[in-house]
Amino acid sequence: MNYEKVIEILGLTKKFKNLTAVDDLDLTVLKGDVFGFLGPNGAGKSTTIRMMLSLIAPTSGTIKIFGKTLLTDRKDILRRVGAIVEKPDFYKNLSAYKNLSILGKLSMGEVSKTKIMEILELVGLEKRYKSKVKTYSHGMKQRLGIAQALLHDPDLIVLDEPTTGLDPQGMKEIRDLLIMLSREKGKTIFLSSHILSEIEIVATRMIILDNGKKVVEGKVNELLNKNKLKVTFEVNDINTTKNLLETTAWKDKIYSSLDNKIVFILEPEEIAPINKFLIEKNIEISAVIPTRSLEEYFLKITEKSTK
Amino acid sequence: MKSLISIELYKIFRKWRTYIGFAAVTFLVLLIQFAISLGEKDAASRLTNQLSESFLMVGNLLNGYFVSYMILNAIIVNIPFLIVLVAGDMLAGEATAGTYRVLMTRPISRFQVVFSKFLSSLIYSFMLIAWLALLSIVLGLILFGSGELIVFQKGLIIFAKDDIIWRFILAYLMAALTMCTVASLAFLFSSLVENAIGPIVTAMAIIIVFAILSAIPIDFFQTIKPYLFTNYIFSWNLFFEDTLNYTELLKALGVLIGHIVVLFGITAYIFEKKDILT
Ligand SMILES: Nc1ncnc2c1ncn2[C@@H]1O[C@H](COP(=O)(O)OP(=O)(O)OP(=O)(O)O)[C@@H](O)[C@H]1O
Ligand SMILES: [Mg+2]
Repeated sequence: MNYEKVIEILGLTKKFKNLTAVDDLDLTVLKGDVFGFLGPNGAGKSTTIRMMLSLIAPTSGTIKIFGKTLLTDRKDILRRVGAIVEKPDFYKNLSAYKNLSILGKLSMGEVSKTKIMEILELVGLEKRYKSKVKTYSHGMKQRLGIAQALLHDPDLIVLDEPTTGLDPQGMKEIRDLLIMLSREKGKTIFLSSHILSEIEIVATRMIILDNGKKVVEGKVNELLNKNKLKVTFEVNDINTTKNLLETTAWKDKIYSSLDNKIVFILEPEEIAPINKFLIEKNIEISAVIPTRSLEEYFLKITEKSTK
Repeated sequence: MKSLISIELYKIFRKWRTYIGFAAVTFLVLLIQFAISLGEKDAASRLTNQLSESFLMVGNLLNGYFVSYMILNAIIVNIPFLIVLVAGDMLAGEATAGTYRVLMTRPISRFQVVFSKFLSSLIYSFMLIAWLALLSIVLGLILFGSGELIVFQKGLIIFAKDDIIWRFILAYLMAALTMCTVASLAFLFSSLVENAIGPIVTAMAIIIVFAILSAIPIDFFQTIKPYLFTNYIFSWNLFFEDTLNYTELLKALGVLIGHIVVLFGITAYIFEKKDILT
């Protein structure tokens, strides 16, 4: 295993007047990671990505990419980075092909026609390569965004919510593409998203950002799968249920009970035995709802941030 | 750097607004030449007849050179408004379009970006004046023929046929330099905002205000007049004098180039520090 640090961010802070958009953020992305950067709207994801690409200057903190300081080695770094920042915008009165040829030229000198057509085919735009970008739908622009990020075969791919605006098929294609790039080409991917399930599908490690602060960090499979579940049982008679459980070992696993709902914190394999036990005791169960604690937690911060 | 400049020029010439300047210049030149050729027999020849009576003259005074000179005099004050349309859009337009996000994440420095955009606006200004020159002189010579050039400066001067073309070349270059100053001003405003309307309107307003100030015959305004670049919009006329006034020429060059350098310096500084938020 190679533990080379591709991105190393320390104490990164960005203030807009009196609003702190990113607050003392530390994060490390290792080579080969698909790093999930999860956060609700306004969490500071795009602001962080803008700083990583030197579009805006941090109020304080340092950013190192490929072991080099962004401030001093900007060009060397950007040569090896492909990125999408927020919504995809291009030179509208130029064709998709021309846009890529211009951007490619700036990234790596000349780009061959075959290379551009190859990339356009990869994102499914080869039939419309001559059309001006202003005639493109949002999803098509998003695909073109991915094309320009991959054009110069970068080692690090930074994507800010790349699947917004895509149809389900498009989302799946992009996710599959990211998984392929990571597994087969060994690319490091930094993927921001506000959809937990998306991060779950593609990412290996993740953090959750809320109000500019890091609130959760870890390996995706550890955070999401190995964690205990919060399981809600909806029953017809809550008091009898509680009394029945009183004498069992499950008593300690009760998290809360309200109305006709009783909530346990359980390992996934414990759900069935409880279910069976209650049914045998003639308790009617109308629903069993497992929620992963991380999901619930994320939902909570999302709700809060939209209020 | 070279490819950046060619890309910027390509982007300029793929925008409609770029052609407004060329279209306006073409239209005005054609209109004036057409009008003169129609009224040649009365208005213009009245003038030259008078002159022919008082001087011993050979040939045709209403010629291509005279018409070109008149055209330059007539429309030079309006060309800044065409220049700012393009120059005021150079930096702000890309902010409005949101394309800095793909442009500035390339391995190119901010200075390279701002400098290539700046050079491209200057090149555009030169091209517009070059088009004006080409169209007025070539079409003028075809329509009205060649001849001596009479100009009314402090007095009446007549230039011989073979003493004209270099004056025109230098005059057009000087006019282009003035337009570059205008472009630099609009370019500076373009770095401050994220929408091209503001810079265009502000630059136009400043040109108008400066022009009015220069025209007010009050001591204070007359003292500051040499420092206002609008004062040099007619400096190309310095090449249509009997003996060139080098002091005035150098002063004009100094003020104009000084303006361009300082304005670009400020713009480059602002652009280096700017947060790209669109
Ligand atoms: N130019 C700006 N001026 C002032 N505040 C800003 C500016 N840009 C962003 N912010 C604020 O910074 C915070 C973080 O915004 P940011 O765009 O980074 O969020 P995000 O995580 O990308 O959200 P989303 O999921 O909606 O894209 C928000 O509160 C936002 O209002
Ligand atoms: Mg965002």
